[in-house]
Amino acid sequence: MVTAAIQTPEAPRVTGASLDIEDVSHGFELDGSVLEVLDDVSLHVAPGEFVALLGPSGCGKSTLLRLIAGLEPPTRGKLSEAGRPIAGPNPSRVVVFQDPTLFPWRTVRRNVAVGPEAQGTLKQSQQRIDEALALVGLTKFAKAYPHQLSGGMAQRVALARALVNDPDVLILDEPLGKLDSLTRITMQAELVSLWRREGFTAILVTHDVEEALFLANRVVVFSDRPARVKADIPVDLPYPRHRGDPRLAELRRQVLGLLGLDADW
Amino acid sequence: MTMSDIPSPSQGHASAPHLTLADVVPAVPRPLVDVVGLVAGIAWLAVVAAALALEDVGDWPRTPTFAAAAGLVAATFIVLAIGSRWLGAASRWLDRAALWLIVLGLFFTLWQLASAKLGWLPLPFFPPPQALLEVYLDDFPRLGVSILASVKLQLWGYSIGAVAGFLTGVSIGWSQRAAYWVHPVLRFIGPLPAGAWLPIAFFAFPSSWSAGIFLIALATGFPVTVLTWSGILSVNPAYYDVARTLGARSRFLVLKVAIPAALPHVFVGLFMALGTSFSVLVVAELLGVKAGLGFYMQAAQGWGDYANLYAALLVLALLCSGAVSLLFAARDRFLSWQKDLVTW
Repeated sequence: MVTAAIQTPEAPRVTGASLDIEDVSHGFELDGSVLEVLDDVSLHVAPGEFVALLGPSGCGKSTLLRLIAGLEPPTRGKLSEAGRPIAGPNPSRVVVFQDPTLFPWRTVRRNVAVGPEAQGTLKQSQQRIDEALALVGLTKFAKAYPHQLSGGMAQRVALARALVNDPDVLILDEPLGKLDSLTRITMQAELVSLWRREGFTAILVTHDVEEALFLANRVVVFSDRPARVKADIPVDLPYPRHRGDPRLAELRRQVLGLLGLDADW
Repeated sequence: MTMSDIPSPSQGHASAPHLTLADVVPAVPRPLVDVVGLVAGIAWLAVVAAALALEDVGDWPRTPTFAAAAGLVAATFIVLAIGSRWLGAASRWLDRAALWLIVLGLFFTLWQLASAKLGWLPLPFFPPPQALLEVYLDDFPRLGVSILASVKLQLWGYSIGAVAGFLTGVSIGWSQRAAYWVHPVLRFIGPLPAGAWLPIAFFAFPSSWSAGIFLIALATGFPVTVLTWSGILSVNPAYYDVARTLGARSRFLVLKVAIPAALPHVFVGLFMALGTSFSVLVVAELLGVKAGLGFYMQAAQGWGDYANLYAALLVLALLCSGAVSLLFAARDRFLSWQKDLVTW
């Protein structure tokens, strides 16, 4: 529960689940031919780990997230969460998308309540919903409608809507991609502290090398489409991290090199 | 209606909790007398004068009643204009509506003179206003029965058509199989004007009343079906992804994602259907149903009672406009989450 976490912010507990992605390949049918998006991807994520996926635009990272979320079955290969095969969407694995995709006809609070409502646990979740709103600092906006929110606030609501389900795995599909740079920096710090407090497993797709290095324990670099794992780089720096840390700069150069961008840096 | 909800600058500081311009700029005191409102009162005194000053060219027993009613209206306007400082909301209404009220007063004066007094307008085709008043006062039982019959027919037909159209639209928007069977039928029969069914409806149904309901429901159902359908199809698929990852099953997806997201389209369909259903209502009553305002108008024309015809037409206009207002009020309530709604 969040309250417990708030009372003991110093002791992160591990509640996250492990993720096993084994030999997963995936393709889309497009005008009669098959477009291969993922090529034999294997990835093992330990419980409570924060893994960032980096790769060229359109390489298939987001597709991998859809497979992990259970929104689509893979063409080949196996995905499992805590040892159980992933057969469909489940609230233990919640996605935060690039667009907040809040339901515009619901108030902020009722948007956060979608998960419990869909799972039939609305009555016993009232306090949990309020806590989730408090967690992202939007208690005062509980009755506002999405069109009244700024982009950063809307994305916070989306985060609260995910966290209210106490997910074992939080799937982040470029959640900060459309925010302005200042909001983005704030939200990155918030994301780290939420993750440390709640202990979920986090898997993040981003285009931002700095963001990946600032947030994650591990950065997985993908090749161009069809995506293949090119490198798996541990980031063993303590949290909270500082953006000016020279070791981050060193890692950044290494990752940009893998992406073929070192010459432009 | 939303028009009246928008605070005008003059009432801003009364309704808004935060500081407005009215709080910052020293308030200009309201003028002692609302001059334009007073002019409206005078315009309506002209209506009284026109009704009483000259002899009627025909036999209209309700001329004095009409003059008295216009006098009451004039007196009300004058009181509101003089007491504009103390009479609050009613006086503000007068202030806003004054120009229209002046025009209406002039219109009634002119109408009175041109028809009852000077005989410029040919009779019996253009009766004076007191003849309409006479219909409302003396033929009210018959007119009232007609109004009730029309309202009842319209309500039944429209409700059945709207519900059926909504359910059909949701089904074909959601289920491929439903779309496979319903879509061709819809394409073939939908665009057919409901009036074309008239001759068949009147012998295929046990009563002209049920035939009328069928026709109105048909005219309502088509636009509601098509717009609901397109509303369901245009729902952002990301909404479904979000709901599914949060544990939603198909029942939730239909009832709490697809339908609310499609509601703006549904209301457009309901609005379009309202227009077509009115025309079918009147046509059905003119041609077959032996009750209602259309039937009343038809009979009035047959007897040459043109005052009755106009009186019924006026009521019909009020009913249709009232129905649209009701629909818009319902929409404002259901779609309060949308910004920039069109006001009626």
